[in-house]
Amino acid sequence: MTLKKLAVTFALGSMALVTVGATSVLAQSHVNSPDPSLGAPSVSSAESHIGNMTGHAGEGKQLYRRYCIGCHGPDGNGEGMNAQWIDPKPRDFTEATFKCRSTPTGTLPTDQDLYDAITRGFVTTNMPAWKPLTPQQRADLVAFVKTWSPRWTKGKAGAPLDIPAETPITIESILHGRELFQRLECWKCHGPEGHGDGPSAITLTDDKGNPIRPYDFSSGSRFMCGTTNRDLYRIFMTGLDGSPMPSFADVVKPNEAWDLVHFLRTLQPLKTQEADLWMAYRAAHGADLKPIGPDAAPGGQ
Amino acid sequence: MRSGYFTALAVAVLLGSGMLVFAKPPAGSGSITGKVTYTGTPPKMKPIDMSKEPSCAKQHATPVMTQNVTTGPGNALQWVVVYISAGDEGSSAPSQGARYDQKGCEYLPHVLPMQVAQQLQIYNDDQTSHNIHPLSKTNPEWNKSQPPGSPPIDTKYDKAEFIPVKCNIHPWMHGYFAVLNTSHYAVSGEDGSFDIKGLPPGKYTVTAWQEQYPAQSQEVTISGSEAKTANFVFKVLPY
Repeated sequence: MTLKKLAVTFALGSMALVTVGATSVLAQSHVNSPDPSLGAPSVSSAESHIGNMTGHAGEGKQLYRRYCIGCHGPDGNGEGMNAQWIDPKPRDFTEATFKCRSTPTGTLPTDQDLYDAITRGFVTTNMPAWKPLTPQQRADLVAFVKTWSPRWTKGKAGAPLDIPAETPITIESILHGRELFQRLECWKCHGPEGHGDGPSAITLTDDKGNPIRPYDFSSGSRFMCGTTNRDLYRIFMTGLDGSPMPSFADVVKPNEAWDLVHFLRTLQPLKTQEADLWMAYRAAHGADLKPIGPDAAPGGQ
Repeated sequence: MRSGYFTALAVAVLLGSGMLVFAKPPAGSGSITGKVTYTGTPPKMKPIDMSKEPSCAKQHATPVMTQNVTTGPGNALQWVVVYISAGDEGSSAPSQGARYDQKGCEYLPHVLPMQVAQQLQIYNDDQTSHNIHPLSKTNPEWNKSQPPGSPPIDTKYDKAEFIPVKCNIHPWMHGYFAVLNTSHYAVSGEDGSFDIKGLPPGKYTVTAWQEQYPAQSQEVTISGSEAKTANFVFKVLPY
């Protein structure tokens, strides 16, 4: 009698274990599921928070199937039908590695970062700006995109980088920024004149081994992660994860970072305050400037 | 009443066995030694052209060779991580950190073993900037610039993974972090030999990992303070 009860207890216990196991298998199968219609309850309950808006993954899934699946694929791994024709390749959401973040390298981006990426699109890539979608729809997509990697359920986004107020744009600031461009060896990839033709440029690959080009400042095109000086500050301080562009947050102080921003602006063929100051300075002192590159002593002029 | 008692008993047994798993492992004095060798023709390692980075090139009297299949006399295979992949009861990370150096535009050592959650310090000993870019998949991927004279980068990994490490500025720089769930590991030396010490009695799976070829495993049982031998042979291809 007592033995029987013991057996029943164990049988019930093992059934409970099997149920737990099956649930976790189901939860995992969603991530690799080839059919996005197969959704675990967690998918429809996942949310994103952008300002006062709350995005819902359940709605986002429908939008994903309509607008995103062609490139990012039914598995969210960037291997959609169109992917083979696209360079750079669509993002693989299962890795949860993102270029445009306000957060430190190696951390997850904020919901706002992902929302901004969908809104802005990625210039010089096949990713358009999704402004035809309503803000709510974009928020829903953010919530769904986050269901592709278990990193989102286990971890939180990193703390956004604190960007202090921009320092005044002066020739001293630009010259110091130029010194940093030499010392930090930005030119190794971006080239001495910022043309994206530095000695290492041709060897660069992204984390999947696909060739990738450093930004060519002389193209004058928008930056991938925004257009303002603050965006530029954020780009090199947080780095573009998954690409060769590292984070400089540990090695550049905030005021120095603004100097670098001011110098980088002079490399673009744009009518900016920085460019005006630089042109005037170069006209007067150009002959005294040491060229940037391997011949300059480490540490610049 | 009685069923309640037995449920309690079952829970107690489950909890008890659970505690056993997390108990501190007894320090042992068993060991596994052996040699890692290859059969077949290994690919020729190539000299690395560092002329684009003169400050590094001048540190090497003879060119540095690639290291993906490093061989030695007697068909020895170097840089193979041999570790306990099963049977080890786990242990917390040592207080001593693992040190990784960038020197002469090389990673020293080429393969750095460490434990999960062990502190890792990365130094730049060169007169040039490096960007250190471990291409992890299971752990979060990061990428940091480290100009000359920067303080060491202090970090750690939370999950076991073999992580390729590269510098995008100097594309010839390749290394590996071997993040392991065990404190019992060794890396094969120039003569292919390895020595895993301090093993308590038990039944172990010993795995040998090489960056280019499939990993291999063997079962080894240690009783008392036995010294066992396990040799690994990798089949290599000339390309």
